[in-house]
Amino acid sequence: MEIYELTVHELVDKLEKKELTSEQIVKSYLKRIDEKEKDVQAFVTQSGEKTLEKAREIDSKREKGEKISNLAGIPIGIKDNMCTKGEKTTCSSKMLENFVSPYDATVIEKLNNEELISLGKLNMDEFAMGGSTEYSYFHPTHNPWNLNKVPGGSSGGSAAAVAANLVPWAIGSDTGGSIRQPSSLCGVVGLKPTYGLVSRYGLVAFASSLDQIGPITKDVEDSAILLNIIAGHDPKDSTSMNKEKKDYTKALVRDVKGLKIGLPKEFIGEGINEEVKEAILETAKKYEELGATVEECSLDIGKEALAVYYIIACAEASSNLGRFDGIRYGYRSEKFNNLREIYINSRTEGFGPEVKRRIMLGTYVLSSGYYDAYYKKAQKVRTVIRNEYQKLFEKYDLILTPTSPTVAFGIGEKSNNPLEMYLADICTVPVNIAGLPGMSIPVSVDKSGMPIGVQLVGKHFDEETIFRAAYTLEQEVKFRENYKPEFKK
Amino acid sequence: MSIEDYEVVIGLEVHCELSTKTKIFCSCPTEFGGEPNTHCCPICMAMPGTLPVLNEKVVEYAVKAGLATNCKISQNSKNDRKNYFYPDLPKAYQISQFDQPLCYEGKVEIEDENGEKKNIRILRIHIEEDAGKLNHDEYGRGSFVDLNRAGVPLIEVVSEPDLRSAEEAEKYLRKLKSIFEYIQVSDCKMQEGSLRADVNVSVRKKGAKEFGTRTEMKNMNSFRSIVRAIKYEAERQVEVIENGGIITQETLRWDDVSGKTFPMRDKEDAQDYRYFPDPDLVAIKLSDEYIENIRKNLPELPEVKKARYINDFELSEKAANFVTSSKYYSDIFDEATEKSKNPKAVSNWLMSDIARILNEKEEEADKIPFTGNELGELVELIDKGTISNSIGKKVLDELFENPKSPSKIIEEKGWVQISDEGAIKEVVLKIIENNPQSVEDYKGGKDKALGFLVGQAMKETKGKANPQMLNKLFIEELKK
Repeated sequence: MEIYELTVHELVDKLEKKELTSEQIVKSYLKRIDEKEKDVQAFVTQSGEKTLEKAREIDSKREKGEKISNLAGIPIGIKDNMCTKGEKTTCSSKMLENFVSPYDATVIEKLNNEELISLGKLNMDEFAMGGSTEYSYFHPTHNPWNLNKVPGGSSGGSAAAVAANLVPWAIGSDTGGSIRQPSSLCGVVGLKPTYGLVSRYGLVAFASSLDQIGPITKDVEDSAILLNIIAGHDPKDSTSMNKEKKDYTKALVRDVKGLKIGLPKEFIGEGINEEVKEAILETAKKYEELGATVEECSLDIGKEALAVYYIIACAEASSNLGRFDGIRYGYRSEKFNNLREIYINSRTEGFGPEVKRRIMLGTYVLSSGYYDAYYKKAQKVRTVIRNEYQKLFEKYDLILTPTSPTVAFGIGEKSNNPLEMYLADICTVPVNIAGLPGMSIPVSVDKSGMPIGVQLVGKHFDEETIFRAAYTLEQEVKFRENYKPEFKK
Repeated sequence: MSIEDYEVVIGLEVHCELSTKTKIFCSCPTEFGGEPNTHCCPICMAMPGTLPVLNEKVVEYAVKAGLATNCKISQNSKNDRKNYFYPDLPKAYQISQFDQPLCYEGKVEIEDENGEKKNIRILRIHIEEDAGKLNHDEYGRGSFVDLNRAGVPLIEVVSEPDLRSAEEAEKYLRKLKSIFEYIQVSDCKMQEGSLRADVNVSVRKKGAKEFGTRTEMKNMNSFRSIVRAIKYEAERQVEVIENGGIITQETLRWDDVSGKTFPMRDKEDAQDYRYFPDPDLVAIKLSDEYIENIRKNLPELPEVKKARYINDFELSEKAANFVTSSKYYSDIFDEATEKSKNPKAVSNWLMSDIARILNEKEEEADKIPFTGNELGELVELIDKGTISNSIGKKVLDELFENPKSPSKIIEEKGWVQISDEGAIKEVVLKIIENNPQSVEDYKGGKDKALGFLVGQAMKETKGKANPQMLNKLFIEELKK
């Protein structure tokens, strides 16, 4: 088995037993990147050889018996919308093509405290707006299972990199499914934590009330390890909750006896691909066999959730992206005669079509005369959606749904049809609206060999139950042992 | 018809920088001045990914301001984004408060022209962040953005249109300034822009029920220009109406040099600010206990202080009014009274000479360079007879120029009063000898001549002779 095929907990194990050095690990990944990146194109910026130096430094510390994190020297990949001091943070946008952040995001500080080694910044849909990574200004990312398919998005670079073993794990962000959907399409584990569990400070904002950072990993255990690192209150983020720190690895128990799982019928109905539906039902059956109770229930919010999502997310984005005005940093058009033209030309040339579409939509719904009909109403419906989940969680510990209504679609297939692209978010978006934690776990592949993921949604700040159920399922399904990406061309 | 047939209606939106140590959403200093862009950080420069965290002191100060102006305090409040593009606004939105201000429905009392008490209602007080500053290059090489001021906390105090003259507007503004100084939420330095006002002016025929169309003059930062601008603008509006024109609602720029208002080429014409609650911040919830605690700890407000001065020190209403008109005056008054035990003399100095000198310098009370202790010492020196009243005035001039202990000043300048009878007698005899005509006049019944002789003696002693003693000795000698 190649080093790059190991999970992080396996790598940590081998580091501890001195069977491996950090240098060997990093070298293995650099070589893998060298071989596969040209096909996958998961990166925007690669850290390259300097990572080896860092690995050797950590090896010598470990050699000398210095007190370091047991994760020190493990590589990681970072979605390119998290600010990293002294290196580019582009959000896959022309607007920030050459932007270098003067500070580290809180999550980056936390990764640095563990002395993880960043292998680079990973591709995404521009400003995290999209579900296929085709809206990256630089290049699309290809799905490692079939290079003609999209990896999903917006954290498509992160999910593809993990699936293709270009990084052992990665950090993504999820506003309406941007961690879970690409994880599902690439056959990896993606967790969107409860809103407020992970600090957003330093995450370039798309929609502030929905954005959340989370891990994309090869397996559930790695997910818990990474969440342990990044979770926790941050005084720099008023929306991060001040809760007691938990050790999520403690929840990795192979036992779902007594768990009550709700299976909303609306999420396995119309618009959901048959094979995806089968995979969900198969999963439900497995859980029952393992001692959980699975019950069909109703959660009839799909359409409303999608509408609410695109109103609120776009409204917030239209305001959040105002700062990209060509004045202090980022792209500035060369064509201007006055201030107004600096604004208009810089933003016209610096933003891609999807970003502009959402800024316009958001500007519209906040305009006087439309505010009540759209934004205000959307906020009210948001409360209704939250309450609907609340009601279900009075009966169930978890809710089981597909992550994506389909497996990965072809590159170019939907990029000119925004509405169809928006529908790809239908299973994940409601979870963000309600601020709940949700995880996508790969369970099988369809006839064409493309991975299918299921989504487990838990109560607020109850990531543990998700971990427990996901871990148990993973042991049962043995997805990583049974299926591997083939880089089909 | 003429201007006398019209009534001016004025409303003020007063922006007041709070004197918290740090900015409203980050920990940068609020200190005025500094090289451009040295009091800022990724947050107030709106670098991508940064988030605001509300400075709780700002809420506390704003609640203080609200309570001191008889406002109700909202227990549930929030921050909203006001979206517009301008280079001094780095996020392209200002975090302000839209529909749930911290404080609402207050009032302050002023005296109208006839000395009658009048309440000016306050619609609301909300918190918001200041914008940065644009420095326009004088050689036309462009504009430079300075973000030192970006994120300095402000309260905006919006009055109802209850003011009916420029003088009332000035009184109201002075009252607000004095209140905010007393409760120490702002230093209210108009020259530094920490107190500025948007002035809304309209006119209507006396007796009319409907308000006229208003114009707004933004960012006024001196009492004098506010008064001039209101007067000018009211006259202009009357003239337009009298000539059959109509007033258009617009934003004007007051030009202090020409003394006229001009329509602004408005950066905000037909601006839609797209207000919405800031999702980066959580709702502001205040408990009864929190509010009561602030109320209990409010310092003595000017009205209460005034009553106390009249009661305890027997100051006249006018004197008490004046001394309490500014915290800077009353602080000096308290200290000087403590030192000299002569409150009336202290208030006289403040009202007459000190106010006159400030007026000449076109400065406000906060610019008084000496301490109350020093003023107290001055009063003491006069009361003890060490210096005369007229020397006292010279000492005061000196205190303004080069503040230090008055006893040191008179020592250095040799201004100690001559109270030695022998020395004074010598001078008296010399003046009598040199002015035979005046001596003749006095003896012939012209009492005025005595004043002349005393004046000569004062001149001779450079004002240092004890005037009572001088008088006494002259009368004695001339009787001889």
